Amino acid sequence: MRAIPLSYVMRNLWVRRVTTVLTAGGMSLVVFVFATVLMMSEGIKETMVATGQPDNVIVLRKGSGTEINSAILRTQASSLEALPGIATDSEGHRLLARETVVLNNLPKRDSEDTANVTMRGTTQIGLGIRPQVKLVQGRMFRPGTSEIIVGQAVAKGFANISLGSTLMMAGREWTIVGIFDAERSGFDSEIWADSDTVTQAFRRSVYSDIIFKLNTIEAFPAVAKAIADDPQLQLDVKLERRFYADQSEGMTRFITLLGLSLSVIFSIGAIVGAMITMFAAVASRIGEIGTLRALGFRKEAVLLAFLGEALGLALVGGLVGLAGASAMQSVNISTLNMATFSELAFRFKLTWVVSIETMAFALLMGFLGGFVPAWRAGQLSIIECLRQA
Amino acid sequence: MFLFKLLLKNAFRHKLRTLLTMVGLIVAISAFGLLRTIVDAWYAGVEGTSSTRLITRSAISLGYPLPVYYADRIKKIDGVTGVTWLNWFGGVYIDNRNFFARMAVDANSYFPLFPEFQISKEEQAAFMADRQGVILGRKTAQRFGWKVGDTIPLSGTIYPGNWTFNIRGIYTVKDARFDETLMLLHWSLIDESVKKRLGSLAANQVGLFMVGIKDPSKASVISQEIDTLFRNSVAETRTETEKAFQLGVVSMSKAILMAIRAVSFVVILIIMAVMANTMTMTARERLAEYATLKALGFSPGFVVKLLFGESMLIALIGGVVGIGMTFPLAKGFLLQTNNVFKVFEISQETMAFQAVAALIVGLIAAMWPAWKMSRIDIVQGLRHVA
Amino acid sequence: MTDQAAAREPVIRIEHLSKTYTRGGQPIPVLMDINLNVDRAEFVSLMGPSGSGKSTLLNLIAGIDHPTSGRILINGVDIATLGESSLADWRAANVGFIFQFYNLMPVLTAYENVELPLLLTNLSRKQRKAHVEACLAMVGLTERMDHYPNELSGGQQQRVAIARALVTDPTLIVADEPTGDLDRATGEEVLKLMDELHRDLGKTIVMVTHDPKAASRASRMIHLEKGVLVDDPGPGAH
Repeated sequence: MRAIPLSYVMRNLWVRRVTTVLTAGGMSLVVFVFATVLMMSEGIKETMVATGQPDNVIVLRKGSGTEINSAILRTQASSLEALPGIATDSEGHRLLARETVVLNNLPKRDSEDTANVTMRGTTQIGLGIRPQVKLVQGRMFRPGTSEIIVGQAVAKGFANISLGSTLMMAGREWTIVGIFDAERSGFDSEIWADSDTVTQAFRRSVYSDIIFKLNTIEAFPAVAKAIADDPQLQLDVKLERRFYADQSEGMTRFITLLGLSLSVIFSIGAIVGAMITMFAAVASRIGEIGTLRALGFRKEAVLLAFLGEALGLALVGGLVGLAGASAMQSVNISTLNMATFSELAFRFKLTWVVSIETMAFALLMGFLGGFVPAWRAGQLSIIECLRQA
Repeated sequence: MFLFKLLLKNAFRHKLRTLLTMVGLIVAISAFGLLRTIVDAWYAGVEGTSSTRLITRSAISLGYPLPVYYADRIKKIDGVTGVTWLNWFGGVYIDNRNFFARMAVDANSYFPLFPEFQISKEEQAAFMADRQGVILGRKTAQRFGWKVGDTIPLSGTIYPGNWTFNIRGIYTVKDARFDETLMLLHWSLIDESVKKRLGSLAANQVGLFMVGIKDPSKASVISQEIDTLFRNSVAETRTETEKAFQLGVVSMSKAILMAIRAVSFVVILIIMAVMANTMTMTARERLAEYATLKALGFSPGFVVKLLFGESMLIALIGGVVGIGMTFPLAKGFLLQTNNVFKVFEISQETMAFQAVAALIVGLIAAMWPAWKMSRIDIVQGLRHVA
Repeated sequence: MTDQAAAREPVIRIEHLSKTYTRGGQPIPVLMDINLNVDRAEFVSLMGPSGSGKSTLLNLIAGIDHPTSGRILINGVDIATLGESSLADWRAANVGFIFQFYNLMPVLTAYENVELPLLLTNLSRKQRKAHVEACLAMVGLTERMDHYPNELSGGQQQRVAIARALVTDPTLIVADEPTGDLDRATGEEVLKLMDELHRDLGKTIVMVTHDPKAASRASRMIHLEKGVLVDDPGPGAH
């Protein structure tokens, strides 16, 4: 079957520029929302996944779900330290850290609001087994002191954060001696201090979590079993990556649900717009349709030509919307993570998959809007078309 | 009247196009309403507050506990009518999707401070008599089909272990903005479990104090008095009105809320583009008619009125139906989010905004075509074969 | 059949052709029992008052309408029996159209408009170019080939349409009021052109017109009235 030339399709879009712009414009807005939501999901996922080494294990009290709710006794911590399968460094130190995690309500930089910031009391080893965390300014805090280091997102988002300044928390002053970059992981939104100092300052007698590095990742099942078999250790054992992924699940799901249902609703508006435009296009060119069919082009060719026009609109709308969404990549966003009740900073991440899904969505809208008018275009008899010209 | 009939007939000359435009309007207006309702719901906690209650929490952060003996000292402050406290229990009912708020309260002092809870005297007495008893909000009871006498098994998160609670009463509320989904259990029960597990030093801790005051205008003064009382102590406090507290919680999700607000305007822009397209096409088709009208002596203003009138009429009909459609849409959304919102009402303000949005869309959509049409050259227009 | 005999076979052979429309449940007969033959290289004009059925007859011959009963044999093929897709293919190969309002695609240049029918063939781009340029030269519009229809006068547009009608070297050319939208002088030019094509290229042309001057250009004038032939001089009458 011979097709009607592409130049015919494309030039018709150009000739009715105003309509094309308005229709494609409406579509681009929907595409923008759709792409941005997907990018938000990707950004959160990236943050969560990056927050975790494949061979680190995190241990919490059974059923607590988050570090904040968890409590591990000293005796339990000692039992864990004795487990086989934990990696050691060149000097024979076990790569295991006892951590205390608390929330601090701090004032934000650009507004009068405050937000909860996660404060993690950890050790040099705790820093070491998280190699994605690197100090970019200053130095590591000294053990036993009230020195702290802060993540990049905290430095950017909260007030009075700079090297040398102090924060008032739990009734004492903490001095910022370093700023770290955690490669866009959740740690960027945290403040780190000495584990013992935090435990004391916040009057804890228990730890929030124990984190350690495995000798080899294959050792995990054995370690998990050893802990499960010990009745004194009512603990949840998870690979660090899995733990953080689970934590973001609720938030990701909510954002994705909200965003996608909005996109679907909006797309109805855009599809309606495309339909109106295409019906008008068919109506105004009914004489041309008759002529083309008289010349010998089949009605399927007519269908394809008008469908092509609708897809052309969608393509333009899709590309513009995607370009707009892409600009969101430079925007920093942070919000409350319902699971941990603390602030989490992430970015809008544009991946190839998101781009493809976005364009597919745009083209789908064009197809849905253009199909009925395009099909109708081919249905009329040639005589009718020529008569109505 | 003639004008109105003319507008109506004109609008439906091209039935399909007008209907499609209306569908687009209906969808856009109802989506706009839904989004506003979502933002409102987020702030609902702020609205259902009382000006005669203050919240005292740890100055460190919300998760941090305060000693229970603070209550006696707060009570002694001038202007304070009563003090109660609560701890967030958390816990999981089967799995995370069945979320509803569960709080451990000091029953004796809690209910006097919260007259919003409507509960029968018998049920309240039954609750007081049973330490494992709970009072449940009507909405949650309906959601799970629970009645007085049923048991609720929970697996603890903050307070570990497997818990069983007995429903001793179901409360309702008069004001729709007040939370009707809560489960209240006895603070003494969980405090005892903490004592058993971690020793008496770890016990006697509360999450929040609620302080009743006689005179709302004294809120700020009394808040400062309370905080001064505990400055430089083991646990410093931060006291604010109930409203300010709720606002603080909401503001932590500010970014998302702002995004939702922005998006709600995007949808109006989308439909504006669609309607402008429709009106432009309509105007183009009727070029010859408008030229004829002008030739017959109708003023350019008349033509403009025709276009605007038609556009506004479509917008009006679409807007009204759109407002109506918001209700089932909101219901569906609420169900999808597993009732995470305690209050989900479409406010009058939202409906007013929807109406205004529809009218603005109708207005702006017709602007450019109306301007163009009022300026057409009669001769050109008559010659035009659409 | 010998070549000579074949040359004498009518290009168009219409037998007992009838066409009835149904409107509101009522049958409206438009053509009744038409019998007509047209020989190769004839220039025939169909005339008659409004409602006589002349346009319907033209549409049936052109294969853009189906008869209610009867046979239409064009070069031996009964097009009344062809299905829609086959009919489309048949038209592409056998019919050239000239319309009253030219019916050019406004978004295509003169060149591209003429090229359109060739896109339905297997010719390569180079081959198509040769044909298009030849036809445009024939109608004298070589310098205008890159112009769009809205940049051409009525007469020029019709000449482009004529070039388009020729470009596939079709069996027959149908023209529906070709001078209807043109002033006298321009109409004359167009008719002169059609005349030349008829004589020089031996094209078979069937034309509907109500303009007697245009009709006189034809070699044979057929009159219709109320759906029947009232005057047909027969082939070779001129």
